[in-house]
Amino acid sequence: MASESLTLERAGEREGGGPTVLEILHDWAVTVDHKRLGLLYIVYGVLFLAIGGLEAAVMRIQLMVPNNHFVTPQVFNRMMTMHGTTMVFLVGVPILFGFGNYLVPLMIGARDMAFPRLNALGFWLTAFGGLLLYFSFIGGEGLAGAGSAPDVGWFAYAPLTAKAFSRGHSTDYWTLAILLGGFGTVGTAINIVTTVLCMRCPGMTLGKMPLLAWMFFTMSAMTLIVMTPLAAAQIMLTIDRYLGGHFFDTQAGGSALLWQHFFWIFGHPEVYVLIIPGFAFVSEILPVFSRKAIFGYPAMVAAVVGIGFVSLGVWAHHMFTVGMTSGANSFFALATMAVGIPTGIKLFNWLATLWGGKIRLRVPMLWCLGFLFQFLIAGLTGIMLAAVPFDWQVSDSYFVVAHFHYVLVGALVFAIFAAMYYWFPKATGKMLSETLGKWHFWLFVIGFHITFDTMHIPGLLGMPRRIYTYEADRGWALLNMICTVGVLFQAVAIVIFLWNVIRSLAWGKTAGNDPWDAWTLEWAVSSPPPHYNFALLPVVRSRRPLWDFKHPEDPDWKYQQ
Amino acid sequence: MIPTRKRTRLVLRLGLALLVILAAAALTGTGPVSARVPTNVFAPESTHAWVIYKYTLLVLAITGAIFVVVAGLLAYAIVRFRQRKGDDTTEPPQVYGSEQVEIAWTVIPVIIVIVLVLTTARTIHEIQDAPRPPGSLEVTAIGRQWWWEFRYPSLGIVTANELHIPVSDRANPTPTFLRLLSADVAHSFWVPRLAGKTDLIPNRVNQMWMDPSQPGLYLGQCAEYCGTQHAKMLLRVYVHKREDFDRWVAEQKAPAAVAADVAIASEVASGKRIFETTACLNCHAVAGTVANGRFGPDLTHLMSRDTLASGAVKNTAENLKLWIQEPDALKPGSLMPPMHLEDRELNALVSYLVTLK
Repeated sequence: MASESLTLERAGEREGGGPTVLEILHDWAVTVDHKRLGLLYIVYGVLFLAIGGLEAAVMRIQLMVPNNHFVTPQVFNRMMTMHGTTMVFLVGVPILFGFGNYLVPLMIGARDMAFPRLNALGFWLTAFGGLLLYFSFIGGEGLAGAGSAPDVGWFAYAPLTAKAFSRGHSTDYWTLAILLGGFGTVGTAINIVTTVLCMRCPGMTLGKMPLLAWMFFTMSAMTLIVMTPLAAAQIMLTIDRYLGGHFFDTQAGGSALLWQHFFWIFGHPEVYVLIIPGFAFVSEILPVFSRKAIFGYPAMVAAVVGIGFVSLGVWAHHMFTVGMTSGANSFFALATMAVGIPTGIKLFNWLATLWGGKIRLRVPMLWCLGFLFQFLIAGLTGIMLAAVPFDWQVSDSYFVVAHFHYVLVGALVFAIFAAMYYWFPKATGKMLSETLGKWHFWLFVIGFHITFDTMHIPGLLGMPRRIYTYEADRGWALLNMICTVGVLFQAVAIVIFLWNVIRSLAWGKTAGNDPWDAWTLEWAVSSPPPHYNFALLPVVRSRRPLWDFKHPEDPDWKYQQ
Repeated sequence: MIPTRKRTRLVLRLGLALLVILAAAALTGTGPVSARVPTNVFAPESTHAWVIYKYTLLVLAITGAIFVVVAGLLAYAIVRFRQRKGDDTTEPPQVYGSEQVEIAWTVIPVIIVIVLVLTTARTIHEIQDAPRPPGSLEVTAIGRQWWWEFRYPSLGIVTANELHIPVSDRANPTPTFLRLLSADVAHSFWVPRLAGKTDLIPNRVNQMWMDPSQPGLYLGQCAEYCGTQHAKMLLRVYVHKREDFDRWVAEQKAPAAVAADVAIASEVASGKRIFETTACLNCHAVAGTVANGRFGPDLTHLMSRDTLASGAVKNTAENLKLWIQEPDALKPGSLMPPMHLEDRELNALVSYLVTLK
């Protein structure tokens, strides 16, 4: 009674009764609510997605014609470094952790994450890491040109990062920003692992968890393992630069390869850390729009955990050209191709989920189908790159650039858009426009294929990555022009998406609790979900509690033990 | 009405993908483009590149077949199992999985992976552990920001950016074996028509080899990001018939030429004096003179090279002048400092340099 009257009193202080803007901002800044932190992560990631996209556009304009002078080599190299670093550390990881934060407690029937304060700390560390990185543009040599943003590439190979080759502080901004963001990432990973293991609602055994929870669990466990070598490498590099260490300082007998090992033992599993949440979204959305249970749940779980383990042993496939022995090269080819087996199993299971269903081609489903098609191609070019002798030709060429953009855009970004269209109604209570969504999808698909299908070819024609310009006699000009044209389509599609979000927040159709007729727990609560999600903890008997509820005559628990 | 339009879109999209793939195949195959693209990996001219090419065709065939089958099934499933307008609203039969099917689609990829891994291991061995025949040529390549130094230890030749090697025929193979070193950061040696790339890493010795079957000029460039001018660290490999190669070797071993023409002799002498009394000799060497700097390219036979600044521009007197006065105009960020000479000094210096044939 006392608290209620206090609230009324405070609300009454203002005309109109609502909280002030400052109060709202304060609420968001001090929040420890998993849903708000999830949204903060996602908004933060989308903001940097726009910035990283602009950096990509600068590069594509520069490469449109041979010997172009749109930007200087120094600016191009900074754009290329910042684009890569931004997209991996400030876009991919935050957006995915945002979804993890938002969805995992809801889907396992929990009221919040296991450690709400750690959760807030993780977000703010990540956020400040990103700001620190971008402060490098103005924090160093000044605003002339591109200031002193890092220009050593997103994997910052030693000894290019040594004091002798990287003067000033740009590399330090890169190192410290990643270190800082890394601590935040570890915090959130610990949180997701603990939440999944300890906070599931009554009846939800590990074998009855939604696949999304399994996949975020795997991804977070991997994160815990692989952030360690990355943080170690950053600390070693800082010791080299400021305390006279010689880990990577080749002029004093250090090892350039040591950095590569440290970086890629983080860097390759990181790719799976990014794509496994993509699998998670598709594994939840695809069944709902096929109107069928996911095919082969145990196989899907086994495959994703298998990918998690095997991907820890494939890092040196980024290093086939550094002169390893033929034995080592063959081993890493074997390990890398072996990842193709669980990956294939996942793809076949998704295909079998479609088979015999009643596929509803709504916008989230379109993005999922785009994901399947492009992930197939990305996987196959991945196998080609694991084929060592072919890799000797196309490693560090535009073929590789095309391959990993197929993975990270064609698969991951498509899965993220699927997730955004699918869970937007849950988070906001409003539907996104289906028409604008289709414009967004088709323009993006067309733009994506124009840019990234074409991009494989200059690689096969000998164009290395990370060059700020190229010679006219190489025959790469037309292809580069085509790649750049595709960017335009993608940019328009993103603008349509942002407009769709704004428009739907203001005037969108009300969503209701369960607009997609779905089966997991988050659809049992209101949209947006109430504080602490569940007034009464749900009790589940199968993997699809809402299916059981909607089909009492034919519930899942009859078939799943 | 609507389903038809959707189907049309789907067909359009698949058609688009197919077109792109066909275009890719046409562009990279032995079609008309390959002749115009000097760095096409699908136009191999040495055993090393040829072995990779043949292997690549196998990998492409396998991955291509997988693509056709799976993408076909995917497209079929989407079209066949799409909900249509007249469909009732009941849920389709719920199928939770099938162990037999799971086993089948685990075993098939396992077999494909085994085939690929065995072929890969064999091809790796064939290239990486190739024996070194007695007639082979040894060259040391040193990567530097942003140019290449080539040393022929058995011949006593030092040159830059333009590698000259003999053609190798099957009956009497004379492959070239490169020892790859770096003086500063990591680089990568890539001439696609002759061989796959191998990195040049400081504090490490790497090896690679090539045995070109046709004389000619083969282009490539550095393929590992190495700083500001990574893009203009271009590579030129001149493959000569045996007798032409021997002639080139003889010319390179001869001391730098001295101008015979009396009219320009004094100009040349004054240029030489400038070279030897300013900063030039800190970085550059000319055999037989006091200039023995090692940081920049050896200039003993400067004018035997077609290009300047690691392939960035043609090697002409005009470009030499520009390069000496304002290197950033040709290659921004280059480590060659601008020399700020007076016109008279610059002309004399270039008159001297162009005698270094």
